[in-house]
Amino acid sequence: MPKFEKPRSMKDVATHYCPGCGHGLIHRLLCEVIDDLGVRETTVSVAPVGCAVLAYDYWDFDTMEAPHGRTPAVATGLKRVMPDKLVFTYQGDGDLAAIGTSEIIHAGNRGENISVIFVNNGVYGMTGGQMAPTTLKGQTTATSPHTRRVEKEGYPLKITEMMAVLDGVAYLERTSVDSYANIIKTKKAIEKCFRAQLEGKGFSMVEILSPCPTYWGMSPVESMERIRNEVVKEYPLGVIKG
Amino acid sequence: MKNKDKTRPVINKERCKGCGLCINVCPMGSLTSPGEVNKKGLRYAILKNEDKCTGCGMCAVICPDCAIEMREREKKS
Repeated sequence: MPKFEKPRSMKDVATHYCPGCGHGLIHRLLCEVIDDLGVRETTVSVAPVGCAVLAYDYWDFDTMEAPHGRTPAVATGLKRVMPDKLVFTYQGDGDLAAIGTSEIIHAGNRGENISVIFVNNGVYGMTGGQMAPTTLKGQTTATSPHTRRVEKEGYPLKITEMMAVLDGVAYLERTSVDSYANIIKTKKAIEKCFRAQLEGKGFSMVEILSPCPTYWGMSPVESMERIRNEVVKEYPLGVIKG
Repeated sequence: MKNKDKTRPVINKERCKGCGLCINVCPMGSLTSPGEVNKKGLRYAILKNEDKCTGCGMCAVICPDCAIEMREREKKS
């Protein structure tokens, strides 16, 4: 690696994320891919509600804010009126897998030619670490103090596997940011996801397993280990479709 | 070790949030936290041993805050 600098598509400001948060890392990977593809001037992203709600403060390309969970619906409109733009949504698990389940499934079923970056950290980070549909079995959160019990709260929602049965979905992959190798794989997955849209293949989504050290009650290094040892067992990595 | 004399990490201590991921990922153990805090009160990381650093850039890739850049090493006269 001869040189490594902040990508040009990323503003030179400090983020508001907690120490060790995966969002900053994924923001940078996205910006690197956009720089590599040379599509910064033709990219429109849609920011979610959640920890990444202020993503437009960090990205130096066009970004639109959407109501909670309605990000794919906003992206659908943007892509239909501007088919020459690269339109992607950036969503957390509370946004995509809870309140926005309907929107994401129908956007996938319609085969909308958009890309989705799904950041799965298993908790609602913005509002105080409450249980999300993606929270692991046995995980303690603010609203599951006696751990998540499947007989009461159900099983972790594997939304990416659910999307795989839809005919309109072209590309699905699950990656992680827990190690150097997986960060490089995540960058390649984001690039494939964007290329699928640029080639007009249809709906594409990358699920990225990300740490939330603050609400997992761990150090950043321990949370990366938790992804490796526990989260990956529930959410196996790899290309799911495409 | 081919990059040994080419690049080194430059850490922006005001941008660093002290998460420690770079210290953990460094295969040569050349990064550390001196225990001092920056203006935000966070314990930033520093390059402890520049000679041990191979310039692999793993610290820069794993940094969630773009606080580490790999720059060309200044030539020693």
